[in-house]
Amino acid sequence: MDSNKHFDAIVIGAGPAGLTAGIYLSRARVKTLVLNEGTVGGQMVLTHEIANYPGVESISGYQLSMIMRNQAKKFGCDIKSNITLESLNTDGEIKEVILSDGTVFTADAVILTPGGRSRTLGVEGENELKGKGISYCATCDGDFFTDKEIMVVGGGNSALEEAVSLTKYASKVTIVHQFDHFQAFEFAIEEARNHPKISFMMESKITAFHGNEKLEGIEITDLKSGLKQNQPIDGVFIFIGYVPNTEFLAGKLELNQWKEIVVDTDMQTSVKGVFAAGDSIVKKYRQVTTAVADGTIAALAASKYIHELHQIKKLQHIL
Amino acid sequence: MLYTNLKHIESADAHQKFISENENVMICCGRMGPMCIPVYGIMEELEGEYSNVKFADMEFDSPESHVIRSVPEVKSFMGIPFTMYYKNGKLVKATSSIQSMTQVRTILDSEFKTAK
Repeated sequence: MDSNKHFDAIVIGAGPAGLTAGIYLSRARVKTLVLNEGTVGGQMVLTHEIANYPGVESISGYQLSMIMRNQAKKFGCDIKSNITLESLNTDGEIKEVILSDGTVFTADAVILTPGGRSRTLGVEGENELKGKGISYCATCDGDFFTDKEIMVVGGGNSALEEAVSLTKYASKVTIVHQFDHFQAFEFAIEEARNHPKISFMMESKITAFHGNEKLEGIEITDLKSGLKQNQPIDGVFIFIGYVPNTEFLAGKLELNQWKEIVVDTDMQTSVKGVFAAGDSIVKKYRQVTTAVADGTIAALAASKYIHELHQIKKLQHIL
Repeated sequence: MLYTNLKHIESADAHQKFISENENVMICCGRMGPMCIPVYGIMEELEGEYSNVKFADMEFDSPESHVIRSVPEVKSFMGIPFTMYYKNGKLVKATSSIQSMTQVRTILDSEFKTAK
């Protein structure tokens, strides 16, 4: 075991849960490495303004992420971002994290905070036309669609609220949803229903995007009749929720039917010494504050686990 | 204002100077938004690794960024950031919207082939 690459704890993911775990562990003098596949901050950096984080009146997600990162580093936490994780081995007492460049890090405990990502439709043309008529962010790209006809896909709060906000730019907004009812709060549904620029295509699904240099049209399928038709459109905004980044954990620990990590009240997973926190665990409310709380619990439980493990090893050494 | 650790290009003249004085250049033109921040983060991360490439950002809403917003190569772009790759002052590649680390690396490796 290479002592330079061995840590007391490895945290996988550097969103609010992972950074909080990093802060707590490092402050408790637990030798900690935080590994992150994307930009430090996770989904939090994608938030333009956070106005409900207690103690801070208003701050951008990016700024809050940078404060948390610096706070963790100040306590001695090692943070490596934009890495590519190859595999995780949790079988033995020593856990192994292998990166795509072949680097192997080991630890006594692992905290999983991989977070989630925006769900895509996964249909023909979506990848190719992203940024050329297909968008996942109304505040970023709304103004490119001034006086144009657009569609919004989804039936939750984000879809309905963003559809209303996009009416500032677009001449017409059509909400496409696969069910005959919405999952959003009643006030959001009502606001969308009463808006003169918004119309609805219920029980319908976009099944292909068409266009060369930019989006020119879509294939839409009526889910009741199965009838497919092509329709010209200038832009499509997709808001169909998030998926947990847990593909790499399949078969290694218990996940529920939505691939979320199952944890107990101490954030302990089904594997001893492996904890989890943040948006990727089974829970109802996904907020920066709940991620921070989960990260705290996971770090405290992991510290206790590591301390006990070290005590046992010390005793075994004496005996 | 872009709160990144990248070099900020603030005028069309500075943009011209930057791309003409450096052989390989990557400039991300965006806002402090969800699609742009991950690209800035990737650039900050790669800055140390790709010493043959100069990295910078430019504010999308500044009138000075017309040097990026008005080139024919971005005519079909409808998503920020606009990420531009220049070799010897000439635009060799441009992408629209969020990009992954792998996508950025692929472009850097193919367009700026010299040893890192």
